[in-house]
Amino acid sequence: MAKKLKEVDVVIVGLGWTGGILSKELTDAGLKVVALERGGNRTTQDDYALPGVRDELRYVVRHDLMQNTARDTLTVRNNISQEALPMRRLGSFLPGEVVGGSGVHWSGHTWRWTDMELKVRSMYEERYGKKYIPADMTIQDWGVSYAELEPYYEKFERAAAVSGKAGNLRGQIQEGGNPFEAPRQNEYALPPLTKIHASEMFNAAAKNLGYHPFPRPSANASRPYTNQYGAQFGACEYCGYCQRFGCEANAKGSPHVAIIPAVMKSANFELRAHSWVTRVIKDKSGKRVTGVLYINVLTGEEFEQPANMVILTAFALNNVHIMLTSGIGQPYDPKTGKGVIGKNYCYQTGTSATLFFEGKHFNPFMNAGGSNDTIDDFNTNWDFDRSKFGYIGGANISGGFNTNLPIGYRPVPRGTPQWGREWKAATAKWYQAAMKIDASGAVMANRYNYLDLDPTYRNAFGQPLMRMTFDYKENEHKMGQHAAQVINDIAKSMNPTHFTPAVARTDPWTVVPYQSTHNTGGTIMGVNPKSSAVNRYLQSWDCHNLFVVGANVFAHNSSYNPTGPVGALAYWTADAIRNQYLKNPGQLVHA
Amino acid sequence: MKDKPEGLNRRAFLKSAVAGGAAAAATAATVVLPQSAQAQAPAQATPPASPGYAFLNPEEAAFVEAMVNHMVPADALTPNGVDLGLNIYIDRALAGAWGKGDRMYMQGPWKQGVPSQGYQLPLTPAELYRNGIAAANIQCIKTYGKPFDKVTDAQREEFLRALRDGKVVFENGPPARAFFNTAYQTVMEGMFGDPIYGGNRDKAGWKLIGFPGVIAVHSQDVVKFRDKAYPNNPVGIADMS
Repeated sequence: MAKKLKEVDVVIVGLGWTGGILSKELTDAGLKVVALERGGNRTTQDDYALPGVRDELRYVVRHDLMQNTARDTLTVRNNISQEALPMRRLGSFLPGEVVGGSGVHWSGHTWRWTDMELKVRSMYEERYGKKYIPADMTIQDWGVSYAELEPYYEKFERAAAVSGKAGNLRGQIQEGGNPFEAPRQNEYALPPLTKIHASEMFNAAAKNLGYHPFPRPSANASRPYTNQYGAQFGACEYCGYCQRFGCEANAKGSPHVAIIPAVMKSANFELRAHSWVTRVIKDKSGKRVTGVLYINVLTGEEFEQPANMVILTAFALNNVHIMLTSGIGQPYDPKTGKGVIGKNYCYQTGTSATLFFEGKHFNPFMNAGGSNDTIDDFNTNWDFDRSKFGYIGGANISGGFNTNLPIGYRPVPRGTPQWGREWKAATAKWYQAAMKIDASGAVMANRYNYLDLDPTYRNAFGQPLMRMTFDYKENEHKMGQHAAQVINDIAKSMNPTHFTPAVARTDPWTVVPYQSTHNTGGTIMGVNPKSSAVNRYLQSWDCHNLFVVGANVFAHNSSYNPTGPVGALAYWTADAIRNQYLKNPGQLVHA
Repeated sequence: MKDKPEGLNRRAFLKSAVAGGAAAAATAATVVLPQSAQAQAPAQATPPASPGYAFLNPEEAAFVEAMVNHMVPADALTPNGVDLGLNIYIDRALAGAWGKGDRMYMQGPWKQGVPSQGYQLPLTPAELYRNGIAAANIQCIKTYGKPFDKVTDAQREEFLRALRDGKVVFENGPPARAFFNTAYQTVMEGMFGDPIYGGNRDKAGWKLIGFPGVIAVHSQDVVKFRDKAYPNNPVGIADMS
């Protein structure tokens, strides 16, 4: 029997970026907030300090900051005819499990997704006609516009110390920025990072071919910085240990630096680490939630935490899992297309080429999380005519480095043996002399890609694992083929000594190796309770005092990293709660 | 070697251990073997005395030593795998939490599935290694008449390639390729991971490629060493502790 605790105003489930933002905004509004985080509380000075943090084996290979799959994992399959089996260890994606969440170990790439994504169905239908969108592609508009989100994007970029160069200031195209981005009111919080040699070479080659390269906007402070919460950031050290690591310099926009310390100062706030929420409790009417059940993983004790409002701010996949185990909203069924929880799960695709330049010294160990230069000519550029290639969405293509440590990164030209003297000599020769050009590609929602509860396998708490059914479809294959061609043309124009070309991926999605932690969808936002789980304010259509915040609300996935809109939507939701919901608790949207 | 008492002669000991079975093998853990006595120490490195094996039994140790020395032979670029401590890295990794299946979901039912579903064996990495070595030696003896550590260099090369390419089938054993992939991964981890884990001795793996290791700050270097060679003096965690 769970021990029932004293009621609070708000319970926050998961304390990463979104949990931090909601906690700050709602304690500021005078509400009593309890945050339940399944991971432990680690700090920069104790846990991310030199020299221990510079350990590729511990953090990259052994996943020290990540979710422990012995306790909870997913089952995976490519299609509904297969039997899903458990992901027995992490691979393709790496959810964080610590105070700060995946915001501790991310690289910091922060994008503003534009109306091209937020109004995806209406814009493609208008430009290319209804028939251009395949019948099984379940893309839909998100119910929010870029203009509405713009101030919240900016607020997040300032909180996270994003360095970059504006490409479009209030409609004026800016030299050196991304000319295809949507208009910004203001410049980035900080100027761009120092370019590394590989990015310079990519930039020059891309320009030469008529493309529009720009520095990738990243939450790596290019100089010392203090954000709106008084959090002090050091300047990025270009240490080369960014992705998968906590930042020793406090230069990365991580919640445990940027916002959580400010929340912790509030008398209205309490953090309970090591607290694993198993489900949200509904009242008898089914229209309200009354709190959550959680387990203290240090003692095994179960608690009921009553609350006036519940806000799910865990990793996207875990938010969906909690919704499914709580029985809130109708689970999605791919056969009928009915139901909403688990719908439109999306991922990302990609391809890359490796270029070898004899005699170059790229020093691949010196870089920031966002040292790449990027082109958006085949991504956010709406003028790019997709009909020539027959796909929807796009790929952003970049050159440079981001965390290439030697257990995992030792490029050698094709045909080199995998061991022995010849392998060693080639490894020694090419490690410094190779660079990469990568594409990150969008994944459109598909009727048969979804999340539900597994019928067989259970987690350490006796709950069904979540089952992921996912594969790439023809749209992704076509996009990958085009992206590979663009990459290879750029690469050839650079005259490398050797070159391993990019190849479009057309094989099934696989749970190994690592690909991307940009898992989206499952409780998507929208304008209609029949086709979405939450409304435009991320409020559950079923239970008005439940909000579900994170990339799980994305109606599809773009080629961009998700954290920009994740942060912006968290502020947008907080604003709606503070200025609308608290005054008149109930459904904010009547559909 | 002449000065060494018979009891500390490794080959002799291993032979008797194998012949003597469990009782002899059980004493292996208590015997300390100076690494430097068996391997040609390169001029620049002084390998410490071997601390012995925490997981590998003598047959397994012989297999691992032969494998790491074959994959990483001594030449002008680096000492051999044993002198780099790769066998020690592997032994410690298998004896430790990772080897025992830390962070692995180990609940059944166990099904093979399709390759895109990833690792589905009911074996921890240590169990995979142990059973993989035993099965590999059986195959080696069948093919070449000798266990892996006793075959010629050319046979070893042929056998490792066959393992990698899935051309070897272990009877009643784990999939040969799964064993190879884990074994290969651990060799690379030992060679390029931090020396605190027992491999990459004297940071020779990092020196091979010019990786600086536990560097603190590159904010100036990123400009200063743009397309220029960075000094090759790697630093490990222990050097800064």
